[in-house]
Amino acid sequence: MQWEVVIGLETHAQLSTVSKIFSGSSTAFGAEPNTQAAAIDLALPGVLPVLNRKAVECAIRFGLAVGAEVSPRSVFARKNYFYPDLPKGYQISQFELPVVVGGNLVLQVGQGENAYEKTVRLTRAHLEEDAGKSLHEDFHGKTGIDLNRAGTPLLEIVSEPDMRSSAEAVAYAKTLHALVRWIGICDGNMQEGSFRCDANVSVRPKGQEAFGTRREIKNLNSFRFLQQAIDYEVRWQIETLEDGGKIEQATVLFDPDTGETRAMRSKEDAQDYRYFPDPDLLPLVISDAWKAEVKATMPELPGEKRARLEAEYGLSAYDAATLTASLEVADYFDAALAALGAAGKAQAKTVANWVMGELSARLNKDGREIGDSPVSAAQLAGLVARIGDNTISNAIAKKVFEALWNGDGQSADEVIDKQGLKQITDSGAIEKLVDEVLAANPGNVAEYKAGKEKAFNALVGQVMKAAKGKANPQQVNDLLKAKLAG
Amino acid sequence: MINASLKELSAALADKRISSVELTQLYLDRIARLNPDLNAYVTVDAARSLAAAQAADARRAAGNAHALTGVPLAQKDIFCAEGWRTTCGSKMLETFVSPYDAHVVTRLEKDAGMVSLGKTNMDEFAMGSSNETSYYGPVQNPWDRSRVPGGSSGGSAAAVAARMAPIATGTDTGGSIRQPAALCNLTGLKPTYGVVSRWGMIAFASSLDQAGPMGKSAEDCALLLSAMAGFDPKDSTSLDRPVEDYARDLEQPLAGLKIGLPKEFFADGMNADVAQAVEAAIAEYRKLGAEIVEVSLPNMKLSVPAYYVIAPAEASSNLSRFDGVRYGHRAAEYTDLTSLYKNSRAEGFGAEVKRRILIGTYVLSHGYYDAYYLQAQKVRRLIAQDFAAAFAQCDVILGPTSPDVAFRAGEKAADPVQMYLSDIYTIAVNLAGLPGMSLPCGFAQRDGKRLPVGLQLIGDYFSEARLLNVAHQYQRATDWHQQMPEGL
Repeated sequence: MQWEVVIGLETHAQLSTVSKIFSGSSTAFGAEPNTQAAAIDLALPGVLPVLNRKAVECAIRFGLAVGAEVSPRSVFARKNYFYPDLPKGYQISQFELPVVVGGNLVLQVGQGENAYEKTVRLTRAHLEEDAGKSLHEDFHGKTGIDLNRAGTPLLEIVSEPDMRSSAEAVAYAKTLHALVRWIGICDGNMQEGSFRCDANVSVRPKGQEAFGTRREIKNLNSFRFLQQAIDYEVRWQIETLEDGGKIEQATVLFDPDTGETRAMRSKEDAQDYRYFPDPDLLPLVISDAWKAEVKATMPELPGEKRARLEAEYGLSAYDAATLTASLEVADYFDAALAALGAAGKAQAKTVANWVMGELSARLNKDGREIGDSPVSAAQLAGLVARIGDNTISNAIAKKVFEALWNGDGQSADEVIDKQGLKQITDSGAIEKLVDEVLAANPGNVAEYKAGKEKAFNALVGQVMKAAKGKANPQQVNDLLKAKLAG
Repeated sequence: MINASLKELSAALADKRISSVELTQLYLDRIARLNPDLNAYVTVDAARSLAAAQAADARRAAGNAHALTGVPLAQKDIFCAEGWRTTCGSKMLETFVSPYDAHVVTRLEKDAGMVSLGKTNMDEFAMGSSNETSYYGPVQNPWDRSRVPGGSSGGSAAAVAARMAPIATGTDTGGSIRQPAALCNLTGLKPTYGVVSRWGMIAFASSLDQAGPMGKSAEDCALLLSAMAGFDPKDSTSLDRPVEDYARDLEQPLAGLKIGLPKEFFADGMNADVAQAVEAAIAEYRKLGAEIVEVSLPNMKLSVPAYYVIAPAEASSNLSRFDGVRYGHRAAEYTDLTSLYKNSRAEGFGAEVKRRILIGTYVLSHGYYDAYYLQAQKVRRLIAQDFAAAFAQCDVILGPTSPDVAFRAGEKAADPVQMYLSDIYTIAVNLAGLPGMSLPCGFAQRDGKRLPVGLQLIGDYFSEARLLNVAHQYQRATDWHQQMPEGL
């Protein structure tokens, strides 16, 4: 049987506020346990929550960025359950009336030829507080509680079950991850838990309309785990069904060591959270004026920027999407173009190629992020400028790039100058080299004349070798062709 | 001195006829003598009180005193006060010493410089109408030691009635200021919801809880409320309104005042001699120039059932934090997390608290929420609408505070529904968020003892100054409020 996979994601993005969502305690990561937990975070008797305005602004930013409705009135609700790292015995969240409703996320799935665009609908996004942490190690059979994280603001972003493969789920998570960083509401640090996903996965026979029974994979904090967990879960569900089994609704955990998912609790022992509106907090009212105020501070969004790159610079859809995949890449590209000044527009395609090609490959190789690239945007712009004015060829440019990467020079000009990499464009000098090569390689000449294209390339190579790579390739080509034709 | 008004005490302190230390010592002596029987205070810390009195005297000497600087008061043990044990009447918090001050404590003790004489007894987590649910034992009614003082602010009521404090703070979720005030011959005011900050006031039912003064007169209550009230950014439900002088209208004549009598209050259920005292008070108001009109609160009968859905629902959640993990009672014996919770809460909470947690958990449960909680919220809105309609016809509403005078200790303890019905006239006011007060209006005889009867006045939102004026004018014409129990 042909199976169709159905995936919806719930993502918790920790909001980049200085203080907690309902208290003035710091949200900085990595402090000594319980040093960032004041009376409210400890849920001492008599304390009350006060909503952090900045957290609401983050939610508004998100709503505007995904074209959602920012609710004029939303309500905080208490989600009641007992756990030692949940000091109040309830989590303040939003239930029936969330702050953000609807919206869309447009993804580029796959690469190159197989890339396609997909729109995933969002159900909602709501504000809530994070719990503390239970530390099960180092306490000799007991559990330690660290409440530093308790009360950290989260935006829980819920998608519709629109994804049909783990690749789409990963593309969604990556796009969302890039977006929340782009609009400055979340640092996206997945290792510190600032961005984590729960995946609802089900399968159904292809063509069937009704959804299969879903299982929810909790707390996936890397894109790789997200992919692995979904792939395993999908295989497991299909095998179970094909063996005549039934899927029970359940919450499962992914074990990165075994690459398997295992059930944590079934629907039967699902908790009754007894949600009800929190009487300590008034309904959250967001006026049009407040929305407008936030809107005025929004950066150009990835989608808008993508369209602009295509229109203004004639970049392909794929290039534009790649360059706007993260704020850092986009910023780098922008900075390089800005450094090129008036020439920027004409060189945009070359800059794009360098950012997506050589720079990206080199960063990958060294495991670095573009934010701390040894070659700055200004340096890359200097390099592209010298390609543009024919000072160096592409091949030499790679050498210059490598030198800049290794810190052997402050600018492309300095490297070219110091290493004497300036291209030979004097046609007299090139002609002399061509003549020498033709005289020294009669075999290749004969082959070429017999119709072997390859022989021509060999001759070009010989000329470039003699020029130590510095001859202008176009001039070499033209001269060779003319001489061989003569 | 023990019958002096706050104004008189303030003047005596200002004129140096008495120091705050002397005044405080006078009350501490009375507490030492009377409290062992009455059990109105659960925590007294003479050294701490006297140190505060000394500071108050210094402040007066330095010339930067507030009118109430150096005046002693009793604090209901529901208010967190830094350095004071704060128990909320529960074993759960038997050893809890608050590291911070409630807003009310900051306002009264730090800003105004009043001197806390101690923390008063109360029903556990303010759940009760007789003070019998306190882990720290029942409080005796100074008017008849075999009777209850009312609740949940029974300790505050008994403390002022026995003149172990000139005034006290209370909190009122369904009548917990007004009913004990009625049963102990005091004047007590529950302000409009949001007028007094709930920061540091241990929550029972957050949408209903409101702190207020309990004193010997409307005038005293007006002075204390002026010092307690005011916007507090730490309480999101606190109202950002200009500071008020609640005594400003006390001397206004009542001519032209329209008093509404809800026919539902006078239908049945009220004891005959209570009804008589209330009727006499109505006659007195006529003499003072008020016009009496009949109004109707048709959904009144739904207020007790709606309250006993909403209040326990909120309480069940509010009390979840008492889990034995971070502070408060932790069971000595447990084997795992669940038994830590179960044993700590089973040992730390009394029967009434457990009953309300169970009710609240039930009404919020999946499948019952719509039938109970949502319905109760609708009833709540209807009740508020009833009041709005009534206030279109009158300025204040008048009725009894409680259907009967103080009942015998143990009389209703076994029958929670009977106990709940003692708040039948007060609960609707909390559901609507309105201000309400109780003031003495006479006595009824029981077993050869005189027992106080309370008169309730209910006003529209933010009409505290008007209510206090209406009460004060009555107190100028009568002396019920000046009578005090014998043998003290």
